[in-house]
Amino acid sequence: MNPLQAIWSGRRIPLAWLLLTRQPVRLAVALAGISFAGILMFMQLGFRDALFDASVTVHKMFNTDLVLMSPRTKSSISMAGFPRRRLVQALADPAVQGISPVHWNLLLWRNPETRGTRSILALGFEPGDPLFNDPALTAKASLLTQKGRVLFDERSRDEFGPVASWFRQGRTVESEISGKRLRVAELFAVGPSFGADGNLLTSSETFLSLLPNTPPGSIELGLIRLRPGADPEAVAKRLRHNLPKDVIVYTRNGFIEMEKDYWRSSTAIGFIFTLGAGMGFVVGCVIVYQILYSDVSDHLPEYATLMAMGYKLTSLLGVVAREGFLLAVLGYLPAYGAGVLLYGVIKGATKLPVQMDPDRALVVFTMILVMCMGSAALAMRRLGDADPAEIF
Amino acid sequence: MRSGPDQTDHEIGRSGPPAIEIAGLSHWYGEGKMRRQVLEGVDLSIASGEVVLLTGPSGCGKTTLLTLVGALRQVQAGQVRVFGQELAGSSRAERQQLRRSIGMIFQGHNLLRCLSAEQNVQMGADLLEGLSYRARRDQAREWLRAVGLGDQLHKLPHDLSGGQKQRVAIARALATHPRLLLADEPTAALDSRTGRDVVVLLHGLAKEQGCGVLMVTHDPRILDLADRVLRMEDGRVVDTASADSVTAGALAATEAGAS
Repeated sequence: MNPLQAIWSGRRIPLAWLLLTRQPVRLAVALAGISFAGILMFMQLGFRDALFDASVTVHKMFNTDLVLMSPRTKSSISMAGFPRRRLVQALADPAVQGISPVHWNLLLWRNPETRGTRSILALGFEPGDPLFNDPALTAKASLLTQKGRVLFDERSRDEFGPVASWFRQGRTVESEISGKRLRVAELFAVGPSFGADGNLLTSSETFLSLLPNTPPGSIELGLIRLRPGADPEAVAKRLRHNLPKDVIVYTRNGFIEMEKDYWRSSTAIGFIFTLGAGMGFVVGCVIVYQILYSDVSDHLPEYATLMAMGYKLTSLLGVVAREGFLLAVLGYLPAYGAGVLLYGVIKGATKLPVQMDPDRALVVFTMILVMCMGSAALAMRRLGDADPAEIF
Repeated sequence: MRSGPDQTDHEIGRSGPPAIEIAGLSHWYGEGKMRRQVLEGVDLSIASGEVVLLTGPSGCGKTTLLTLVGALRQVQAGQVRVFGQELAGSSRAERQQLRRSIGMIFQGHNLLRCLSAEQNVQMGADLLEGLSYRARRDQAREWLRAVGLGDQLHKLPHDLSGGQKQRVAIARALATHPRLLLADEPTAALDSRTGRDVVVLLHGLAKEQGCGVLMVTHDPRILDLADRVLRMEDGRVVDTASADSVTAGALAATEAGAS
């Protein structure tokens, strides 16, 4: 007989399972409570992660190794300008292959249908530059050589007007920013972030015509592409040393992390969503504890009978622990399913990049497991009241 | 003739050590001024395989005596030996281990509500070491057949009558292959006819297994089944009589009361 068969044939009556399943109403209430807590955690953590991911979707578009920014820039919603010649100076480094200046600002886009205005993130660049990771986008950018043309983010929020659907119908979509007429030349897809509800790409020339007060030679972002094989960290260090202190040099990851850090630390959003997940955890704990405690209380004479028969207290504690574990697993599965479903709904409604991710699935399962096992441990104290001498 | 599973390894002859030896056993409940003595120097000996009934007015300490013999309570004063093992000063683990060889039947049947009759009995059989699940389940079924419930295996306690539940409880107690059965008014919740049937069954199976029985009862109709009847009053065993004379006395009393 192999060990597996030995374990199988040595098994006992699955008391924990039967205690749970023979009281279907109580089980349903418990599972509803645990699932609710799980869904709450999935939602809160999903929102939090989506916020951080969405805040850098624009950052991730760029094909770049290093970036230059103003030291006054703290995030993508408050980009400060710096002299463009710093970027040109960076070209002096032998490892630098190419540079691209980028204008970056929030501008007021007029909804072509309702005529209301709303703030949109606009990027201005030289249409010929190999700026983006996506070659299709670079190809579309060539349409911007004509003045007054823009690329519109089709995943921008609906408040900007039915630009994408009109464009697909073949209509000429025109609108205005700062009183200047703009025509949508093509669509692209990035999606809104917490900082910007929509995105717009245009040429530097068009961009500057929208913001005539921009100081000459001032840009918000400098992209630096390195020769193959160059070490971005080493080059960044060299540039920091060689360039004046009116610019800051970031690697691509540093650029992305700076933005995430801004949302993490400078705002309460990360804290709020983590707190929300924590509240889900607490609510779940209370529900599971209530259920397990009343379950143990209701069956106290039966537990006492088992002790009188010669069952060890530890094996009865094991029954409660197994109840906790079963509740965790059975409660998690519907929470996971509902999570996937709701992420889909939220993605459709808010266009945030929220989706089920294995790390988060594991975090929520761990939290539910801790919740159920912790509650089981507390409910076990009630078992100490089971006195076999009292049942005669 | 009904018959339970083979129990050759647990067969205890009448010649073995006494199942229970009690000397000078006293017990108190409560603390300080509320302290109340319920047992006052009980001396008692029960041989292996002997069926002893314990009667007496309520509150005289019968149930306390049963819980002390059943290793459910710590002995306070005096000596209690069960199968030669001293219970005074025993640890919790020792008492828990000893309880595995004592079957207990309660006034309320105390079956697990969420388990079927078969599963309830198997909770007893599951305490046996080294048997496969299938063997333990088969034993549980055999015990249920032995108590005449072979066709009610999968019913929940909820769907069984009082007599049937008590018979399941007997099967569960016997499924652990006990050397001693303790029963506290097993017939209290049953009508007299069913009550006697249950005790006759219990008596027959216990005799077959060579298992001693100590049963607290108020029921005069079952006194004739005992080898010995003990009467307790105010925490003392006051009267030890052979079953026949007690039965005669009880019946005479019943008749006298009736006329």
